[in-house]
Formats: sequence, structure tokens, C-alpha cells
Amino acid sequence: MFRKAKEFIIEKLIQVCGLASIFFVVVIFLFLLKEGLAVFKIVTPLNFLFGKSWYPISDPAQLGILPLICGSLLVTLGAAIISIPIGVACAIYIAEIAPSKTKEVLKAGVELLAAIPSVVLGFIGMVTLVPWVKNIFHLPTGLTALSGSIMLAFMAMPTIVSIAEDALYSVPKSYKEGAFALGATHWQTIHRVMLPAASSGILAAVMLGIGRVIGETMAVMMITGNAAVIPHSLLQPVRTLTATIAAEMGEAVVGSEHYFALFAIGIVLFIISFAINVTADLFLHRENR
Amino acid sequence: MVNTTKFKINNLNIWFGAIHPLKEVNMQIFPNEILSIIGPSNSGKTTFLRMLNRLNELQDNFKMTGFVEYDKKDIRNIDVEFLRRKVGTVFALPLPLPLSIFENVAYGVRMYGGRNKKELELIVEEALKKAYIWEEVKDRLQESAFKLSGGQQQRLCIARTLAVEPDVILFDEPCSGLDPISTAKVEEAMLKLKQNYTIVLVTNNVKQAARVGDRTAFFLSGELIELDKTDKIFTAPADVRTDGYIRGKFG
Repeated sequence: MFRKAKEFIIEKLIQVCGLASIFFVVVIFLFLLKEGLAVFKIVTPLNFLFGKSWYPISDPAQLGILPLICGSLLVTLGAAIISIPIGVACAIYIAEIAPSKTKEVLKAGVELLAAIPSVVLGFIGMVTLVPWVKNIFHLPTGLTALSGSIMLAFMAMPTIVSIAEDALYSVPKSYKEGAFALGATHWQTIHRVMLPAASSGILAAVMLGIGRVIGETMAVMMITGNAAVIPHSLLQPVRTLTATIAAEMGEAVVGSEHYFALFAIGIVLFIISFAINVTADLFLHRENR
Repeated sequence: MVNTTKFKINNLNIWFGAIHPLKEVNMQIFPNEILSIIGPSNSGKTTFLRMLNRLNELQDNFKMTGFVEYDKKDIRNIDVEFLRRKVGTVFALPLPLPLSIFENVAYGVRMYGGRNKKELELIVEEALKKAYIWEEVKDRLQESAFKLSGGQQQRLCIARTLAVEPDVILFDEPCSGLDPISTAKVEEAMLKLKQNYTIVLVTNNVKQAARVGDRTAFFLSGELIELDKTDKIFTAPADVRTDGYIRGKFG
């Protein structure tokens, strides 16, 4: 009898924990919606998303987040262009080419890179990368989208490398042997057999890496210059969606239109991240054709 | 007996770290014969087979002494990709690549490049015919190779090996996962293939060795115990251990 009661209590406890996590997600999401959607009483969704100027505290407030969306996309695109080739190549090297000792060292290195807090990366970027970009391109300031992209590429790389390496590692050994037995060279085997077979895992790695970049706040806020204008090149200061929320939430009056607008930015970010995660998930669980 | 030699193996020893799976093997393999290799598991049969196109080297800690000659040349001095193309392997489990039927066969050919679409189609058709699977797949070349049955997949793998114009084909227990009818079809294909190719067949199925082999070699614990005409091995083996194995006393 006592044993049964114990079973029952433990089972219920675990159930409560499980339900709690869902409950909190739902509550957070509802709160976000409630606070964010209020902004649409002031501006239409179209004007909000595609408005070209962001002056939340002027009178009347101009709440167009297109510059912020462009800033986020530009920094993310730059980071993706840098981190995807390097990350995937690094994964191929670790999974396929490196001798086992080098492999261990590299894997530890990649994990260490993932462990660096983003504020530290931002700080290092600010004192090393930013002056470097300024001098090389002869710019008035080094706080640009390019600096942000480079720094964020470092943050995306550990994710891309470790997940892509797992994907390559889990390609059945027999595929590789079959290719070798046909007289394929090592590179032909990697290129024609390993990469296609691991493609869904590699795509998922890329998507998760990009997801990390888009949600990153601290480092970009420190080194991208935070100018809410639509950027025309990587060498201009930009402001991202995340940095806007982080920088302005402290000074926004609760219940003001500025405050609601920041929550609405939160919704936009949420939708972008959600879409990226779902895409990654689709790739990760795609059935073998 | 034919007086040329395809493979000549002299005092071959192989180690993987401390494991010594092949000991002092000496033998010759002649052109256009089917050489069956039988023996219990862990007797070194597969290691021997993988030696012939240097697949063993893919493993760590590989070490060998003695030598293996292919067409009178030490295989260590032959370009490894060329050797593996000339000495093709069909593995125990059919392992089609995750591609269409056509692409599976075209894959190896494409690697060597320089073929246009017409030529490629011809080569693929030819290879599928030689593997006796053309009639079954000719209308569905663009379907995924995974949709084929096990026996068809195995013959597709034979076709893939044939498409790169090999000279020797190594079969590593090609029928271990197949039903009797598929097995019969693969064996039929082998018997016809030996007119143009040299075949080395590792098998756990003693009866299969008796059915298709011209000569049969018996391996035990890494040693070549006996090698003779298949008839002789199965009727009057010289070694009592061979006799015991083929009668099913151990193994």
C-alpha cells in the first residue's frame, strides 16, 4: 500500500514539473502578446514592420522597425557567410581528416570557444577588432555591422562545428567503405558520399548556428554602433532588434507606446527564432528518402 | 590449369595492433576462376579478401609483412585508387548509396570523369545487364535504390562494381542476408561473370562454395589450411580439420 502511494506521489510530481514548463512558456508567450500587440493601437502592423524611422521618444513617436530588422538580417547574413564555410570545413576536418590526437585537441578547443561568455567576446571585439576594422577600411568608426558579423561568427561556429561533426560521424561506416572500394579518393568520398548523406544534419547545424546569432544581444550591442538607420553596406553602424530591446527597455516608461513597441519587437524576434528552429528541426528529423 | 597468375601472395602476415589475424599465407589466384574461401568466423577470410585491394589500410594499427602481387606488381606500388577500381568489392550487406538506381551505378563511373550522358547511360545499362538485374529495373531507373528488395540491391551493388570495369571482383559473404531464391540469382550471376572476371568469394555457406567455386581455400585461425580443387576439398580433403569443418563438426 505504502509503495503504491509512493509511486503515485512521484508520478504526480514529475507530471507537475513537466506541465509547469509548458505552463510557463504559455504564460510568457501570452504576456508577450498582450504587451506587444497593444502597440498596434498606435501604428498599423505594416507601418510598424516597414516604417523607416525609429524615434520612439519623439512626439509623435515614430515606430518603424525596418532599420532594426535590416540591421539584424545584415549582421546575421555577414556572420553566416563567415561562419558556415569555416564551421563546416572544420567539422569535415575533425570528423574525417584529423588524426585522433589533433581531433581531441580541436574538439576541446571548439567546446572552449562555446564556453566564452558573449559579453567577454564583445569586450575583446571592442578593444581589438573594432580599431582594426576602422584602420583597415579607413572608417570614421569601427563600430560596424562587419565587426558584429565577425564576432558573431565566432559564437555561431561552435554550434555549427559540433552538430555538423556529429552528423558526419553518424554516417554509416559502410557508405564510406563502399566508396573507397569503388576506387574513390578520400576527397571524392567526402564530397560525393559523406556530405550528401550528412546533409540534413549539416543544414540543421547551420540553422541552429544562425538561430544563435539572431538571438545574440550583448556582443552586438557593444560593437555594432547602434545607429537605427537602414544600412547600405557592412561598413556602417547598425542596430539590431535584440540590442534595441536591451538598450531601451530600462528607460521606457511602463505602459507607454515605446514600452509596447519594444514588446512588439520581442514578438518579431520570437517569430524569427521560432521559424529558424522549426526549419532546423525539419532538417534534423527528415526521413531518409 | 592456366599458367598465368592474377594474384600471388607470399608469406603474408597481417596485424591490427596486437591481433594477428593472418599468418604466413601463401597462395596464388588464377584468372577467370572462382576461388571460394571458407572457414569459421575469425579465421581471417575477410581480412584476406580486404588485403587484395588494400581496404585493410583504412583501419588503425595496420601492419603487414610478406607481399601481395597483382599482375606481377607489388600492390603497395600500385596507385591505391587504381587498384580498388580494378579489384572491386561486393560487401556482405548490400549497401546502395542514398541515390537513385541509375545514380548508384553511374556514381563510380562519374568519379573518373570524362563521360557524356549518352555514354554514361550505355555503361549503366551494360553493367545492369551483366549483373542480371536490367530486366527488373529498366523501367524504374530513377527510383530510390532503397526500394529494391535485398537480392536486387545486392545485384545492383554488383552492377555498380562492374560499371568501373574491374578485372577482379571480391565477394564478401554476398548472400548472408539473402533468401534462397535471391541467393540462387546472385550465384547464377557469379558463374556467368567468371568468363570475363576473376572472382574471389568469401562465404560462410559451405554449400555455396561447393556450388560455385572452382577451387576452395580453407582458413582456420588465420592460417591457410588447405587449398585445392573444389571437388577434391569436398570429397577427399587432405587435412582432417578441413574434413571436420565441411562436415559441420565445428565452426
